[in-house]
Amino acid sequence: MSVLPYVVAAWLFVIGLYGIVTSRHLVHLAVCLTVVQSSTYLVLLSSGYVRHGSAPIYADIPPVTTAVDPVVQALTLTDIVVESTITALVLALAVQAMKRFGSVDPNFLRQLRG
Amino acid sequence: MLFLPSAAGLLFLLIDGLRRLPAFGHYPGPYGMVLNGVAVTERHATNLVSAVNFDYRAFDTLGEEFILFTATTAVVMLLRNMRGESEPPSARESRKEGASDALRAFALAFVVAMIVLGGYVVVHGAITPGGGFQGGVVLATGAFLLFLAGETLAMKRLAPNTMLEIADAAGAAGFALLGLGGLIFAGVFFENFLDLGKPGSLNSAGMIPLVSISIGLEVAAAFLLIWSEFLDQALLVRGEE
Repeated sequence: MSVLPYVVAAWLFVIGLYGIVTSRHLVHLAVCLTVVQSSTYLVLLSSGYVRHGSAPIYADIPPVTTAVDPVVQALTLTDIVVESTITALVLALAVQAMKRFGSVDPNFLRQLRG
Repeated sequence: MLFLPSAAGLLFLLIDGLRRLPAFGHYPGPYGMVLNGVAVTERHATNLVSAVNFDYRAFDTLGEEFILFTATTAVVMLLRNMRGESEPPSARESRKEGASDALRAFALAFVVAMIVLGGYVVVHGAITPGGGFQGGVVLATGAFLLFLAGETLAMKRLAPNTMLEIADAAGAAGFALLGLGGLIFAGVFFENFLDLGKPGSLNSAGMIPLVSISIGLEVAAAFLLIWSEFLDQALLVRGEE
């Protein structure tokens, strides 16, 4: 039971990577990239989890309560922001690829450049 | 042929990496636990994630904020009008297109509520779950609902691109200036230089709410700017068909 979060993270990583490798569409590729990145959230959050710990919000719990690690949660927030900007960039590049080459298939783009 | 060895290597690295992670529920590091113990008395902030992001590790967040700023600039640059491309048709022409009456009614009803909720999440960043990043996205969604309702023109009027660009830059600059304020008034970059206030009240936690507001401004402007650029592209493509 206690390895389940890590197994899920590994599964998300592998299945996202598989999607990227076999992708035939740049938008599909961007979505697969977000799947890979979501595995990093899971690793970060589950490595900072403390058994029976509450959320690190001390607004209405006594200050001595055991809480999970706030640092990895802050890092996950950073991760999410970076992911959303990367997705926007990749999608913008996909729009330009469609306009320039008339295709969003990564394989086709490689042939054009060579 | 290349695939099998690389897949085996990836599998080995993955399993090896997973094996060395701390057991689930047994967090080994002292840093987070120390913060959990001292942050409320030291910074008067009850939301520790915000305290970490906007105070203890504010310098990292400055870098993160500039990632967002740079990426937004890059998207705007990538999606600019190329030579030989026609100007995007004015938003007026694509008005009331493709939105059903139910969608329009609900989207318009929620615009004000979303903007109020976004502002609430931004200014309460130091107290309850939320903060500049989350609230900024909610704020941007509020304006984006106008687009869902088919009121592209109203969305452009509520948030014209020039204003968004200024807000984006002002948010990024505001955060950096708060850091400089720490350097000037307290001697250390991003050191708190404001009254800490009573924990749990709106004007507590020193500069964390101000940082939260400047980040909220930047995030909302950046997201709206990105969406607006993509929207222009969609109008452009639709105009050519």
